[in-house]
Amino acid sequence: MALDRWIALVFVTFCCAYGYLAFATMDQLLPPFMQRNPVWPSTFPKVLAILGVIVGLVVLFGLEKPDSQSEPSATDINYRRLHEYKLGQALMLLGLMALYALSLRPMGFLLSTTVFLMAGSAILGERRWVIMFAVSAVAAGSVWYLVQQVLGIFLRPLPFFLGG
Amino acid sequence: MLEGILIGLSAAFSIQNILVVIAGCLIGTFVGMLPGLGPMSIIAIMIPVAITLGDPAAALILLAGVYYGAIFGGSTSSILLNAPGVAGTVATSFDGYPMARKGQAGKALTIAAVASFSGGVIGAILLMVFAPALSSVALLFHSAEYFALMVVGLSAIAAFAGTGQVAKALMMTVLGLILATVGEGALFNMPRFTLGMMDLQSGISFITLAMAMFALPEALFLVLNPARGSAAQSGGAGKITGLRFSRAEAKAMAPVIGRQSVQGFFIGVLPGAGATIASFLGYAVERNIAKGEDQAEFGKGSVKGLAAPETANNAACTGSFVPLLTLGIPGSGTTAILLGALIALNVTPGPRLMTDTPEVFWTVIISMFIGNLVLLVLNLPLIPYIAKVLAIPRNYLIPFILFFTLMGAYIGQNNATELLILVGFGVVATILRFADYPLAPLLIGFILGTMLEDNFARSMQLYQGLDFIIERPMTLALLVLAALLVLLPSYRARRARKRAEGVADGD
Repeated sequence: MALDRWIALVFVTFCCAYGYLAFATMDQLLPPFMQRNPVWPSTFPKVLAILGVIVGLVVLFGLEKPDSQSEPSATDINYRRLHEYKLGQALMLLGLMALYALSLRPMGFLLSTTVFLMAGSAILGERRWVIMFAVSAVAAGSVWYLVQQVLGIFLRPLPFFLGG
Repeated sequence: MLEGILIGLSAAFSIQNILVVIAGCLIGTFVGMLPGLGPMSIIAIMIPVAITLGDPAAALILLAGVYYGAIFGGSTSSILLNAPGVAGTVATSFDGYPMARKGQAGKALTIAAVASFSGGVIGAILLMVFAPALSSVALLFHSAEYFALMVVGLSAIAAFAGTGQVAKALMMTVLGLILATVGEGALFNMPRFTLGMMDLQSGISFITLAMAMFALPEALFLVLNPARGSAAQSGGAGKITGLRFSRAEAKAMAPVIGRQSVQGFFIGVLPGAGATIASFLGYAVERNIAKGEDQAEFGKGSVKGLAAPETANNAACTGSFVPLLTLGIPGSGTTAILLGALIALNVTPGPRLMTDTPEVFWTVIISMFIGNLVLLVLNLPLIPYIAKVLAIPRNYLIPFILFFTLMGAYIGQNNATELLILVGFGVVATILRFADYPLAPLLIGFILGTMLEDNFARSMQLYQGLDFIIERPMTLALLVLAALLVLLPSYRARRARKRAEGVADGD
């Protein structure tokens, strides 16, 4: 089964769960005066759940056939060739982004951004550490200045142990 | 109307707004050139900046400038490198790149700039004429018609998704609508589908979703497949000289520009059909109209072949503002993001926009003229320098794209959990892209979801049930149109297949 139909299957399951929440759990919480309304908070979700299941099944069973199967070009992305791609780099960058999200507050903006940018380049294969550090530090500093001073949005600059 | 134009003129020519236009166009051009960052990503990244400007007119001017700039920058990389940074400028590379290969890169850029300028300006004039007219019609609409109109918009976007893609696009639309129901809605004051999580109480942030749907997958694709950005790396911008074109060429271009601005504009007005379709259609139409030698020249560096898509895509960008400004319904991913930004600024685009906040409406239109002028006068001479951006090594470029994506979501919310949600959605979006699911319908569904439900609920309450569908003929007609839009493509495909099978049997 092709990837798009697997996704359709997941989507149909998701809609069933969503529909279960809408049909079985939402209406009990409704105060009596609202029950006289023609629309309930659960009305729209119920409609969506049914629509979602229908459309998902159409994709799942391939009822709508594509006209022609054209071969994607070499620069296009194609999941069948995923193993030829730099999957490791992409996953490492995703992990790095999650780490960055978690460290942003305790470590402060300046430190975590500099480390994030340097580590990002390093994952992609860059090894000129001095240039990398200079570029990252200058970028982190100037973005912090722009956001904090020009746009006036508070970003904690320093790590917690420096009282930032 | 004259009064409005005067208000717009005085607001648009304030120092701040002119600087904002110039900044927007430059940033847009800069980023539009980079492979892998489309106008949607860059607009999404700019939203926090636009919101902190505080003034809705200035914010919209900035974002519109970025939009034009990105399309313009995309044509530059199409011409110089045959690597379109934006889907709307793929057709530009058909004739632009051969021209650059012949050593006429400077001329090609000028023609592209002049064509874009004319397309944008004529589009803005048409917008000035049609938007007020459409607004006055739209003022007669009730919530029932709005509901139906949004359904039409959503189904048109799915219907234009391409053959064999309609069901997938619909699936993404429904997913967007479902995501929009998460959180505490304005209508019922009760949290829905939060699964007990505090972070979901206020719903999913639309900036986070926009970043996750567009910016992150593109960056990940650049990482996964280095060949994707390699044209920009190896090609490098050569010397760009000789920006002038001859009088004969101008004469050949003029009718093409005239036709394509009008055609592009009206294609842009249609929901779902944006700059990309306009530019391809414009190219095809002009090739068919051209005769003899002219036609043979297409694809080998024809002046007409370059002017047609460039005019059409800019006119279509302007045209796509019509449904946004008059109905408050976005017809494309880009205008959907603009709508999200406007809502964040407490401006609700729609027919009342012209009467309630005329300064926003007219300032935006006037700034379109300024923006196009900036692109022509300021950007064109700067192109050789801006083109240097294409030489930034990807080892540095990609971490920065990721960083700006994260920052865009973080500045708006100041909430680190939002970043984790962003990464999660980004992974899902990348998988969806792998499987050829279009993501623009998801975002449009997400943005329209709340409004769709509000209008639906309001008409249900007014008519105590579904009667509004029958009692308001306009609503019924629109809903029938929506159904036709969705069903027609698959019906026609089936008939075509049946016919093809019949022929095969006869052989």
